[in-house]
Amino acid sequence: MNFQLYPMGDHALLLEFGKVIDPKTHQQIQKITNVLEHSPPSWMVEYIPAFTTITIIYKPTEILYKEACLELNKIVLNMEEHNAINQHIVTIPVCYGDEFGPDLEFVADVNSLTKKEVINIHANGNYLVYMIGFSPGFPYIGGMSEKIAAPRKKSPRLNIAAGSVGIAGKQTGIYSIDSPGGWQIIGRTPVRLFQIDKQKPAFLKAGDKIKFIPISRNEYYEWVN
Amino acid sequence: MTMLTVLKRGFFTTVQDQGRYGYQKDGVVVSGVLDDYAHRIANYLVGNCENSPILEITLNGPQLQFHIDAVIAICGGNLSPSINGRPLPMWKSILIKKDTVISFGKCLAGARSYLAVSGGFHVPKVMESASTYVRGKFGGVDGRTLQMNDKLTFGPFSKLNKRIFEKLTGSTVANWSVPYQRMYSKKLIRVMKGRQYEEFTNISRTNFFKYQYTITTESDRMGYRLKGTPLALQRDEEMLSEAVTFGTIQITTDGQPIILLADRQTTGGYPKIAQVASVDFPSLAQMKPGDRIDFELITIEKAQQLLRQRERYLQLIKTGIRLKYS
Repeated sequence: MNFQLYPMGDHALLLEFGKVIDPKTHQQIQKITNVLEHSPPSWMVEYIPAFTTITIIYKPTEILYKEACLELNKIVLNMEEHNAINQHIVTIPVCYGDEFGPDLEFVADVNSLTKKEVINIHANGNYLVYMIGFSPGFPYIGGMSEKIAAPRKKSPRLNIAAGSVGIAGKQTGIYSIDSPGGWQIIGRTPVRLFQIDKQKPAFLKAGDKIKFIPISRNEYYEWVN
Repeated sequence: MTMLTVLKRGFFTTVQDQGRYGYQKDGVVVSGVLDDYAHRIANYLVGNCENSPILEITLNGPQLQFHIDAVIAICGGNLSPSINGRPLPMWKSILIKKDTVISFGKCLAGARSYLAVSGGFHVPKVMESASTYVRGKFGGVDGRTLQMNDKLTFGPFSKLNKRIFEKLTGSTVANWSVPYQRMYSKKLIRVMKGRQYEEFTNISRTNFFKYQYTITTESDRMGYRLKGTPLALQRDEEMLSEAVTFGTIQITTDGQPIILLADRQTTGGYPKIAQVASVDFPSLAQMKPGDRIDFELITIEKAQQLLRQRERYLQLIKTGIRLKYS
């Protein structure tokens, strides 16, 4: 496994596995986060996976940078090859269009498609959650077809409801909490991606595979109630 | 049972502990106190464990009425605390009598004061922490700043809480205080090279250390936006988002630095020129809009050595306080 270690100041360090987003790099990160999750080193405060990196927060009063690097090298070397990786497939119901997807028509128009075609392409993609960041529970999702790519809105909306499914450039995403944003909104899921009172507050985690299932407005409201 | 009522709200007062760790992989912001030293010493002075929830009071403090006798300590920036109109000493254990009112006045030094009470402020924990994250509307008191008429309660007393309380009965104010001066620097902030340091132009790397940067009014617990000589990368490149930490200094597209603090987002995509040394976080916490910063480059080894020295000093203070009340 190829990676490089870099310091992030005096209380964090970063393992970098590559410079571009791809599923292979992501798998290596998944393998290590698995080890860190299930047998965390005593000196580690927490870890934060991203597209091509894992950042590890530590207490410099307990371990120095160079010692932490040595420890991490050991952890990676001793990692078992068959180390199971997350193959979790999560289905996310989405009600596309109308009041839940005010920008569906725009996305269809810029790509010379019908709204139905946009929904079909979006719902039939194979998606991978690369990382969680930006806001609590917000997934950075890879795998959207370029056929439905669309530029961001020129001026962001002041409030986008949690659960809104959007497109920005070649990316698709789901707003995890109510927030301002400039993505083109094509639908909404009744699933709550972030709930502070849950033992696991974030619904998705890095490494999850996502399947979007189109639902009707009635099904959406049944789900919510 | 109400133990304290907020009579006036002040500018920005929140309940904080050391922060919400373990959930950054879920995108959850850490929060927590900005000045961890003032927080820890205030807790030591009243006999709490060092992670006990306290009030972080910014610039213009609240007015608080106590409904029970309690031991308190105020550390950090000097916001002119007073008790029933008389000035209240800082960095000391103080016994407060039932019905007294604590107020704050002018900001004389620093920017943030930390008020600890014996037993700690009791609020429901969210994801294992009492820290308030105002943008996310969770933690602390209903995820917000203190408001008029808020009623607060304190946690149960430990043996040490009780001993300090009993020792102070009769004298009300300890006849000693913690020597704290060596923890704060007025301008100088020591940093290490950031992840993209080498990717900035030569002149930018020189200017970052040569000129002062001013903290602007667009600064809060999330980060300080600075203004000064603009800095630039050698060539524009698209950066992949990755984790940022307390003290990460990133350069935005307009060439100005932002120092990320407790309420920072977990990940960021701006280039990082430097990382503030942990030992200087308290100095940073006590700066305010208009203050100018000089950055000085040090190595990681040096930064970690300084932090360990500081830690030993804090342990000494902790032991000293315990001995006085043993």
